[in-house]
Amino acid sequence: MSERDIIAATGVAAGYGKSVVWKDATFTIARGEFVGVLGPNGAGKSTLFRLLLGLSQPMGGALSVFGEKPKRGDQRIGYVPQRHSVDPEIVIEALEFVRLVACGGHWGFDLPMAVKQERAEALKALRDVGAEELAYRPLGSLSGGELQRVFLAQALSGNPELLLLDEPLANLDIRREGELVQLIKRVAETRGVTVLLIAHNINPLLPVLDRVMYVANNRIAIGEPSEVLNSESLSRLYDAPIEVLRDSRGRIAIVGAEEAVHHHE
Amino acid sequence: MSNPVFSLNLLTDFLGMWQYTFMQHAFEAGTMVAIIAGIIGYFVVLRRSSFAAHGLSHAGFTGAAGAVLFGLNPIFGLFAFTMGGALLMATLGKHAANRDVQIGVVLAFMLGLGVLFISLYKGYATEAYSLLFGEILGISMTDVWITLIAGILVLAVFAVLYRPLLFTSLDEQVAEAKGVPIFGIGLAFMLLIAAATSIAVQVVGVLLIFSLMVTPAAAAQLLARRPVHGILISVLIALLSTWFGLFVSFYLPYPVSFFITSATFLVYILVRAAKI
Repeated sequence: MSERDIIAATGVAAGYGKSVVWKDATFTIARGEFVGVLGPNGAGKSTLFRLLLGLSQPMGGALSVFGEKPKRGDQRIGYVPQRHSVDPEIVIEALEFVRLVACGGHWGFDLPMAVKQERAEALKALRDVGAEELAYRPLGSLSGGELQRVFLAQALSGNPELLLLDEPLANLDIRREGELVQLIKRVAETRGVTVLLIAHNINPLLPVLDRVMYVANNRIAIGEPSEVLNSESLSRLYDAPIEVLRDSRGRIAIVGAEEAVHHHE
Repeated sequence: MSNPVFSLNLLTDFLGMWQYTFMQHAFEAGTMVAIIAGIIGYFVVLRRSSFAAHGLSHAGFTGAAGAVLFGLNPIFGLFAFTMGGALLMATLGKHAANRDVQIGVVLAFMLGLGVLFISLYKGYATEAYSLLFGEILGISMTDVWITLIAGILVLAVFAVLYRPLLFTSLDEQVAEAKGVPIFGIGLAFMLLIAAATSIAVQVVGVLLIFSLMVTPAAAAQLLARRPVHGILISVLIALLSTWFGLFVSFYLPYPVSFFITSATFLVYILVRAAKI
């Protein structure tokens, strides 16, 4: 592991109980990298995040984040979990939701002085993602794209060095997908934050990605998009013939040559 | 009680009522109950754990019936069984969100036990009735003290838990990743519901517990965009409804709990209507 590396995995295996989700994962991720994490449902993409957050332990191998064993509650990590929706009845304003990260980790009641400062910081975090106008809107009234910007602001509000974003693009239309990806890229560059982003569709990420991590068939492949996302490399990963098709603008479709293993819209 | 007559002069009416020690007791205990129910209720609604509150109040019924059977003060049975029920429910169902089945299982067993206790106790009719529907007018000075002390303890624990409890209630996954002990917080909150339920049962009874633990908070949550404001509104609705119920029932020959439940329900309906 070099000085620049934020994450280092050597022969890591992950799973629950006795069932192994993936194994033999060896890779490093350097500071400031933007990595897209792809692969079919249930392949263990979120499991990887749980290991990095210290919420589960690897079944084998050595994993380190910031040069040490991952531990739960590391404030250097900003996390956006996979969320399907927010209860439309929740009228709590976005600003209070963003503030949770700053105040929720401490015992005790809200003291007026702290509240004032935390709200100012939360407002700044919302401003950084261009969502200042959402600050006082009820959470339940926000659209999918607006919610994702609020979640991003929440994840950024502790000034993290590493961002783990679990399917932030789900439920967004194509235009919103592109806008959110550009926003994440801009924020990450400005702050020098390393980003791991789980997605189903590689295409909106192609303009910003440094590397791709592909989780499938109990294994993890990592490399530049052109190295990983080609017929030969994916066929090796899946142990089955896979075709990677590219259109005139470089957009990618992944097709199983014998059966549809994974659908990219 | 000699027949009190309502004079339309609210001050005279209030002083007339205040002469009676049982009404003073009722107001003292009722005020503490409304404050606790309003606060804890806000989180019960936010965490969607109203079924837990329901289940725990039934466990309390059994505890109280058991205490009466053995000649003890019912409030001790209430506390013992709601606390025990809370621990059982929390251990059986690790995740608050899908605890429904475990709560149902515990609730059914508890009620069965309650039926046994009541059948063993000879003079059960009035005791059972007051447990089910509340009997704040029969509250003793000892009950008032127990209510006040338990209430202050609940407030103290709540004040310590407030911020992480809010975090886990609104955003459990991120709270967990940030190192908040979500299982411990969930367990502590179940115990808070148990304590709040135990003292609220005295006022509105087992079957009407929602009128103080859920309805005011549900109305408050439609109104407030900041949790702290929501809690204050919830307490205010519970408090005013309780005072209103006690005051009106002194002059009218109908049960207190009817007036309290009607008042909170009316507020909820008005808030809902105003939001449409």
